[in-house]
Amino acid sequence: MVDLISRPRARTRRWTVQSAVGGTIVAVVILAAVVGPLLSPWPPNATDVLASLEPPSLRHWMGTDSVGRDVLTRSLVGAQISLVAGVAVTAAALAIGTVIGSIVAYAGGWLDAAVSRVVDTAIAIPFLVVVLATVAILGPGTVSVGVGMVVVGWAVYARIARAEVLALREHEFIMATRSLGYTSARILLRHVVPNVVRPGLTFATMDVVAAMVVLAAMSYLGFGAQPPVADLGSIIAAGQPFLLSAWWISTLPAVILIALGVGVGLIDDGFSLRRKVS
Amino acid sequence: MILYLLRRLLLSVGQLLVLAILVFLILQAVPGDPVKIMLGERASPAYVETVRQQMGLDEPVLTQLWMYLTRIVTGNLGNSVIFGQPIGTLIASRVEPSAILITYGLVLAIVFGSVLGITAALRSGTVADYSIRILATAIFSMPAFWVGLVLSLVLGIQLGLFPVSGYEPGLVGAFRTLTLPAIALALSLIAVVLRTLRGSMLRVLGTEYVEAARARGYTEGRIVRRHALRNAVTPTISIIAVVLGFLIGGTAVLEQVFGIPGLGSLLVQAVERRDYPVVQVIALLAGAVVILAGLVADLLQAALDPRVRSAIRHG
Amino acid sequence: MSDVRANTPLLEIDDLRVGFGANPASASLTVHGVSLRMDEGRIVGLVGESGSGKSLTCRSILRLLPDRGHIVSGSVRFDGRDVLGLSRAELLAFRSKQVGMIFQDPFSSLNPTRRIGSQMVEALRLALGVSEETARGRAVSLLDEVDIPDPAGKLRMYPHELSGGMRQRVMLAIAMGAQPRLLIADEPTTALDTTTQAQILRLLRRVRDENATSILLVSHDFGVIAEMCDEVVVMYGGYVVESGPVEEVYLRPRHPYTRALIAAVPTLEVPDRDYRRPTIPGPPLGTTRYEGGCPFAPRCVNARPECRDVPMTLVPIDDVHAHATACPFEGRVSA
Repeated sequence: MVDLISRPRARTRRWTVQSAVGGTIVAVVILAAVVGPLLSPWPPNATDVLASLEPPSLRHWMGTDSVGRDVLTRSLVGAQISLVAGVAVTAAALAIGTVIGSIVAYAGGWLDAAVSRVVDTAIAIPFLVVVLATVAILGPGTVSVGVGMVVVGWAVYARIARAEVLALREHEFIMATRSLGYTSARILLRHVVPNVVRPGLTFATMDVVAAMVVLAAMSYLGFGAQPPVADLGSIIAAGQPFLLSAWWISTLPAVILIALGVGVGLIDDGFSLRRKVS
Repeated sequence: MILYLLRRLLLSVGQLLVLAILVFLILQAVPGDPVKIMLGERASPAYVETVRQQMGLDEPVLTQLWMYLTRIVTGNLGNSVIFGQPIGTLIASRVEPSAILITYGLVLAIVFGSVLGITAALRSGTVADYSIRILATAIFSMPAFWVGLVLSLVLGIQLGLFPVSGYEPGLVGAFRTLTLPAIALALSLIAVVLRTLRGSMLRVLGTEYVEAARARGYTEGRIVRRHALRNAVTPTISIIAVVLGFLIGGTAVLEQVFGIPGLGSLLVQAVERRDYPVVQVIALLAGAVVILAGLVADLLQAALDPRVRSAIRHG
Repeated sequence: MSDVRANTPLLEIDDLRVGFGANPASASLTVHGVSLRMDEGRIVGLVGESGSGKSLTCRSILRLLPDRGHIVSGSVRFDGRDVLGLSRAELLAFRSKQVGMIFQDPFSSLNPTRRIGSQMVEALRLALGVSEETARGRAVSLLDEVDIPDPAGKLRMYPHELSGGMRQRVMLAIAMGAQPRLLIADEPTTALDTTTQAQILRLLRRVRDENATSILLVSHDFGVIAEMCDEVVVMYGGYVVESGPVEEVYLRPRHPYTRALIAAVPTLEVPDRDYRRPTIPGPPLGTTRYEGGCPFAPRCVNARPECRDVPMTLVPIDDVHAHATACPFEGRVSA
């Protein structure tokens, strides 16, 4: 009975070449980040000053940095950290934002108006400025940066969720289930939540990459991952003095970020319905 | 209409107020004693007490809030103990490069984003469209600071076309020192402008009034110029207001990369040295700019779209 | 009647095939060989449900196909000229001066961000090559002809400030501005309420009477067609299934689909208590795969295995009327 009232889902999701290519790129990067360091003969933090600033070779596939650490291993470990942090931050923002947005929209009335106003204003403060302010308050570190990002990040998901819930509330099938006597909780859980989370999830896939880029920027400035922990941003920063001489240090982390971005972008593009003039 | 303008202005004022309160809370949120953190381990207790009183931190919170708000309105931004200057002077000395950089970056992003977005829409489905979009996604995924680094390396050091650090005032000086960071800044946004404009152009080109125009024998050029563009621009304007926020954030990082003595690098230094008052003022400024941009965007939309004007009149 | 020109039909579509795909060679067909003939001064109805290909057919007359749409084969001749072979410039002139078109949804057929007057003047200047002032004057008189009150005032308004019926009249005024020989009306009344519908239809008839414009009226409502048209062409699944003079087809339908369509028209008579308005059974177009032969077979009450091999060519039902059907099992009526 419940299925009869389900919202019709767009059936035209197709795997296109784009999604497949994008998916492959992302999978390769993640796989490398997870498995690479395990397979690598070089511990990420093992220094060997005698072998410093070596160009890419068969021994060190992407060369070494200024204190002789293997750049490839280090970058892959850095990618792990960036990925985990990026996903964690986005997941937290998605969860918090969706919950708040849904509740507020479902309740309606003054609560909705008040919270929406606050959210709109909170979004006004530029993202990075808030993150920097959080770092100023809590001190440097990946956690501080993460907290700062969630503090701003949830608002977008709240907006998305709110829009979906408002649309759904009027949707006939909600009224239908109400007339059947379902309790509010049941409506929320089995019908509203799946439909509400979906657009947020779509946004989140691109947001993870954006989050990773912001984290990298913060680490580059010295506010993110603190030594000896190094994420992609800190490695790029460490490689900056050697951009001309030892270009490989800064390049690989950047390439990883770009590859992830392009991959996720392609997946996103491939999944969207192709709108044609008809 | 006048009523709408007044209400909209009031809304902005309200937003600014909320912003000010949120910024005020920054100082309050610091775990531990902010003054001690600011002045460092080695400051004498007497000095710490003096500064605390100067900053009014021994008063109850609401009194502090009131003092804070009244001082902002009268333009008294306080002093920076760490930089040893009144904050107002400090900010004023560093506003120029940041303001120029942001505008420069915004203009570049809008111009190139629009051209590419419209081209991609008109050649939708072709190789040109795909390559433009993939390029845009790739560039969007590049950290702005890395792009800045690469630009400074290639165009600055290797080719010697631009200086890679510092800021020179004046028209020529600004062009020389700010072009590279402006490009780096703009690149991350071109993708957003491009996608939005392309999307709305495609939507407009698929509407029935465009089809009706084709049925009347209008050339594609006329349709794009006189009908499509106007309708496609409106959603893009609101996006730009949002994007401005990211631009401001980006300048903080890029000023560091290129050694530009602007508000962005000031903010970074203030964060490093835990100078909360300065952080607060810059955050307030940044937020105010975005709020004002939102106001301008709303007014522009009303100016361009008669349906919005009608809704305002009757809503 | 030996005037050659009187014998040249205004519009002649011959075995038109339209499909979608990356290019014409690989296109999958949606319109499978439609032929249609229209003489000057007539109102011809094109009736069928959505998906029947009727909209595509009339857009093909103007070569106004969507992305990935191609005219695969066949010909379209307007007043003897080959439309499909026109150069771009000739095509634009053709669209501007010879043919006018009005669309289904009056709410989205006009540019919402420009005033009515500006849009009308633009169209008129392009079609007639006149000055701004002349165009403006002509716009006012056109609006007056379509019964719009205060025409001068309306020029300054925006589309959303007018009702649906008025917008459709404006569309009609613009379309008639260049006094085209042919007016294509694609479901012009579907989005309007019944009262307005009647007004617009009356207006269309007046336009034909006063301007000697021929009208190709597309609809899914046989009632509208029966009321307005001289001849009717019935389409289903991209094929023409029946055609002929409208009274003929209406009173003596010779195709199961036509019969079902006619039966579905609501009437004003009070029905019996047990009366159930017939609906056409079976799945609608597009949800079942087309197996070849007659596309209506899955829903036809007379279907039989041979339907799968029906060539779908039109066969006259007798030697007297210009009435033809694509169903070979309807047989010829002996004279």
